Amino acid sequence: MSGTFVGMPAFPKAAHEAVGNTTLRANLKHATHTIRDKRAKAVAELDDWALLREAGKQIKDHTLRHLDTYLVQLEEAVTAAGGTVHWAADADEANRIVTRLVKETGESEVVKVKSMATQEIGLNEALEAEGIHAYETDLAELIVQLGHDRPSHILVPAIHRNRGEIRDIFTKEMGAWGRPAPEGLTDTPAELAEAARLHLREKFLRAKVGISGANFMVAETGTLVVVESEGNGRMCLTLPETLISVVGIEKIVPTWRDLEVFLQTLPRSSTAERMNPYTSMWTGTSDSDGPQAFHLVLIDNGRTDTLADEVGRQALRCIRCSACLNVCPVYERAGGHAYGSVYPGPIGAILSPQLRGTASEIDASLPYASSLCGACYEVCPVAIDIPEVLVHLRERVVQGGPATRQGNKVVLKPAKGHAAERAAMRTAGWAFVHPGALRAGQRLASRTRRFHPRTLPGPGRAWSATRDLPQVPAESFRDWWQRTHGTKESGK
Amino acid sequence: MSSRDIILGRVRRALGDAPRGDAQASYETAVDRGYRREHGSRTTEETVDLLAENLADYRAIVHRCQDEEELPYLIMRLLAARGPRYVLVPPGLPPEWMSAADPTRVHDRAVSTTHDLDAVGSVVTGCAVAVAETGTIVLDGSPDQGRRRITLIPDHHICVVRVPDQVVSSVPQALERLDPRRPLTWISGPSATSDIELDRVEGVHGPRTLEVVLVSGE
Repeated sequence: MSGTFVGMPAFPKAAHEAVGNTTLRANLKHATHTIRDKRAKAVAELDDWALLREAGKQIKDHTLRHLDTYLVQLEEAVTAAGGTVHWAADADEANRIVTRLVKETGESEVVKVKSMATQEIGLNEALEAEGIHAYETDLAELIVQLGHDRPSHILVPAIHRNRGEIRDIFTKEMGAWGRPAPEGLTDTPAELAEAARLHLREKFLRAKVGISGANFMVAETGTLVVVESEGNGRMCLTLPETLISVVGIEKIVPTWRDLEVFLQTLPRSSTAERMNPYTSMWTGTSDSDGPQAFHLVLIDNGRTDTLADEVGRQALRCIRCSACLNVCPVYERAGGHAYGSVYPGPIGAILSPQLRGTASEIDASLPYASSLCGACYEVCPVAIDIPEVLVHLRERVVQGGPATRQGNKVVLKPAKGHAAERAAMRTAGWAFVHPGALRAGQRLASRTRRFHPRTLPGPGRAWSATRDLPQVPAESFRDWWQRTHGTKESGK
Repeated sequence: MSSRDIILGRVRRALGDAPRGDAQASYETAVDRGYRREHGSRTTEETVDLLAENLADYRAIVHRCQDEEELPYLIMRLLAARGPRYVLVPPGLPPEWMSAADPTRVHDRAVSTTHDLDAVGSVVTGCAVAVAETGTIVLDGSPDQGRRRITLIPDHHICVVRVPDQVVSSVPQALERLDPRRPLTWISGPSATSDIELDRVEGVHGPRTLEVVLVSGE
C-alpha cells in the first residue's frame, strides 16, 4: 500500500496537533453527531437489523474463506459479459495497468468516481506523472483536490472543511482546472453545489475515459455495483467510451441475492438514508448503453497478507460505510488526517497497519489510536470486532511475531520504543506465577502508598505523562478476604 | 508467474489454516437468512401509499393518476409547468402517454452526443420496479426506459410507475424481479449531496427534479 501520507508523524503527535485546532474540532463534532443520530433512526426502522448484520458478516466470511474460487468465477463472468479482467499484486502494478489502459485510448484526461481503492494506490499522482489529468467528480473529493488537501473521512472526505473554507477554495482554484467559480459566489451550500455542477458538467460531457471503484462485485453474474448520491457516479459510469474499475479483491459477494443484505445495511449505515439516491449496476458491456470497453483491475496490495491473519482478516469484511468513524470519540477529536492513511478512524486503525505492515512509525502507532470503547464494533454493519483486532495488532507491535508480508511468512521484530512496556509485562507475567512474591509486592505497595509519585520515573514517564496512575488500595483483595472471611487461604 | 497466479496462490496459502471444502456446496448453509423478506405486513394499497410517502420524503414529487386515460393530460400539465422546448422519449414509451404534450419529442439516437442531450430539458420514462420501503424506482434499460444517459443528463425526469403491478415492498423482492445482465439504475429521489457541512442539497449532477407518476392499472 503506497498510500502513506508523506512524512506523516505517528498518530499521537498528529492527533495532539489536530486537537488544538478548534475550527477542525467544531466541524468534526457537528458532522459526526449529525450523522450518527440520523443513522440510529434509519437503522431503527428495520426490526431485523441484527439478523441482517449477522447475514452480512456470514456472507463476507464465507466469501473470504473461498476467495480464490469466487475470484475465478468473477473473472469468468465478467469476461463472458464482454469485460476484460486484469490482476495487480500491488499499487505500482495497478497504476501501471491503468496508465497503460488510458494511454491506449489516446486520451490525456479522465473523470473519476470517488473510490477508496484508487486513493489507496495513489492513482491520481501516478497518472499525473504520465501526463494524464484525473478529475475527481464527487463534490467532497473536488473540494479536497482543488484545496491541495487530503481526504479525512471515508464517506465525506471534506468533512473537516466548513462552508466558508469551501467557498474560498472554489473562488481561488476552480479557474485553474476549468470553468471558474461564478462571480460573487456566497457560502450557501446550494450555491456551492451549483458552482460544482457547472464546473464539472463540461468535463462529464467531453470525457472519453471514466475510472471508478466498486462497492460490490457479484461472482455469479459478473455484476459491479456503485452506490452514490450526486449522480457524478452515473455520469462517469455511463457517458465515457471506456470504463476502468479498480477494485480490491475483497469486494466480492457470491450471488446476486446477497446484494439484498448489503443494499439494506450499507446506505443506512453510511449516509443514514433508507437508500442512497443512485445505485448503478452493470455487467460487462451492454449493446449501445454505456461504455463499450470495460476493464476490471483486481488489486491485492496487502489484502492477501491481511487474509493470512486469522484474527485480523475480519477487517476485509469492511464495506466502507464509515459508521465507525462517526461514533468514535478519538476520530471526533483528532480528525481523519491524524491517521496518516486514506482509511481513517477505527477501521483505518486496523486496516492500514495490516495492508501496509507495521514497520513505519505511523503504522506502528495506529493500533493505539483508540480508547477500546467498543462503539465501532456496535455500529459495524458486518460486525467487525475492531477492538479485538486492535489488541491483536498492539501485541504484534510490542512483541513482534509471525506475520505475512507480500505473500511470505516473516517473523516481525518488536517495534522500537516499547521496551518499558515489554519489561513491565514480563515482570507482571513472572509475578502472576509466583503468588508469594505477588502478595509480598502488594503488601509493600499498600504500605508505601503515601509515598508513591504521581508520574513514573525513567522509561515509564512517557506512559504516565498522558495517564493518571491508578491509586493503590490500602489493603489488597487477598488480605481483605483473609481478614473478613477468617479462614486461611487454601490452594496456591 | 502472472499476477493472477501470484494473487490466487497467496489466497490459497493464506487460507491454509483450516479445511475449506467446496465453496458452492457450503454456501447454502453458510448464511443464516432469518432476516425479513419485507418489513411489516401491508395491503397492496398500503404498500403503494408507503412508496408515495417515502418517495416524497426524499424530495421526489409524487402524482397519482386514476387510469391510463388521465395520464397524457397529467404529463402534459407537468411538462407545461416546466416549459422545456424538447423532451426526451425512449423508443418504447407508449405513444399515447405523450399524445397531449406540447414540447418537441426527441429520441436518443446513436449519433446524439452528450451535448445534444444536454440541450434537452425533460425526459419521460417508465420503470422496471419500484420499492416501497426505500422509496426507490429502478430502471433496467427496457424500451420504455431507454439508455441510462437519457435519465441522467436532462434536469427534469418524469417517471411513470404502474401501480400496483410494478411495486414491491422491499429490496429483496426487487432484486428477485430484476435481471442482473441488464444495466440497472436505482433512483431514490433526485440527485443530492451532503458534502457541505452535511446540509442536504438537491441537484448536483443528475436531474434536480424527479416527478413520479403512480398510475393505477386495471
